[in-house]
Amino acid sequence: MAKVPITVTVNGVEQSAEIEPRLLLVHFLRENLRLTGTHIGCDTSHCGACTVVLDGKPIKSCTAFAVQADGRSILTVEGLEQDGKLHPLQDGFFQEHGLQCGYCTPGMLMTGYAFLQENDNPTDNEIRHAISGNLCRCTGYVNIVKAYQYAAQKMREGGA
Amino acid sequence: MKLRLLSPEHIVDINRIPDLDYISESDGHLKIGALAREHELESSDVVKNKVPILADTAKVIADPLVRSQATVCGNLAHGDPANDHPATMLALGATVVATGPKGKREIGIEDFFPGLFTTALEPEEILTEIRIPIPPPRSGGAYLKLERKVGDFATAGVAVQITLDESGACKRAGLGLTNVGMTPIKAKQAESFLTGKQLDDATIQKAAEVAASESQPMDDIRGSADYKRDLVRVLTARALTTALNRAKGGA
Repeated sequence: MAKVPITVTVNGVEQSAEIEPRLLLVHFLRENLRLTGTHIGCDTSHCGACTVVLDGKPIKSCTAFAVQADGRSILTVEGLEQDGKLHPLQDGFFQEHGLQCGYCTPGMLMTGYAFLQENDNPTDNEIRHAISGNLCRCTGYVNIVKAYQYAAQKMREGGA
Repeated sequence: MKLRLLSPEHIVDINRIPDLDYISESDGHLKIGALAREHELESSDVVKNKVPILADTAKVIADPLVRSQATVCGNLAHGDPANDHPATMLALGATVVATGPKGKREIGIEDFFPGLFTTALEPEEILTEIRIPIPPPRSGGAYLKLERKVGDFATAGVAVQITLDESGACKRAGLGLTNVGMTPIKAKQAESFLTGKQLDDATIQKAAEVAASESQPMDDIRGSADYKRDLVRVLTARALTTALNRAKGGA
């Protein structure tokens, strides 16, 4: 299949590449750009491990072709930390023990990043709905909800 | 394509066509453009205030991340009887606009699903707009779906949209059923049964039985045909009760 050129801004850095049109966004991120923080869990739009933020909206990067991101802006888990300082969500997952094996964590963080932009004072129920497309098989969701609340409070206080 | 089962020579991505992502009200209709996402339905004020059944439906489709990308029009154009919007659009009496080389044409939603994974779209046409008549005063609707887990297709789903007359009797009833047949099903007998009647408990229960008898479910991993038929009965009664409350100004 003929390759096509794309240019995508990833974590603030413009990236150009020649890719097969069938290449999934998640493979582009992991294999072409070596940004392996974005995980592949199920490869079928179920688990949410591969969640990235595309132009402000959280999407499953196993369910988009990389060519569809041409000219657009992507945030991955590698882009959360700024100047050596963890994002409040990352800090929240650390403080509240929001992860165990860590496999779902990048997706949980990116869903949370977009969600808290829209709602920085959520109820636990709203958080549970927001993460209903992200599966965790270790800790259960209680500590993840706590981590979101921790981050929301920090963000309301102006921590980010 | 992901699994290399398909390697098409060309793919047309409509995502970059400008000005197709609208949800707007004009000429007495709610109009939904081809690129309006499910996520937008959930947060739209005009939907919330005038056609809340659409927000009910969007909220139970797939999961929030998928809804960032999924389009409302795509949910119809796929022609899958397990999709949720077909039932809702049948209940609302929507029209779809097909656009192709010969221009635009309107297709009534009742005529849009001739068979399994088949729509009335011609090969060179795409679905560019859904038009929903804004329900008049004293209208209410609800969509109820039983799913095994978030993201699953419906074991069964029921969409109900009613309008009452000044006496409180049912002036118009629309009922659509999800995933209980080879196509989305418009429960016409239940609609006729309801029309002109006061919606007391006995009438609602009877209408629910009629709707169940119009479903054509099959045994599969989500349940037996008998179970699903009974589920249609239960969901229809509950959806009618919610729709009635909303028609009377409740939530």
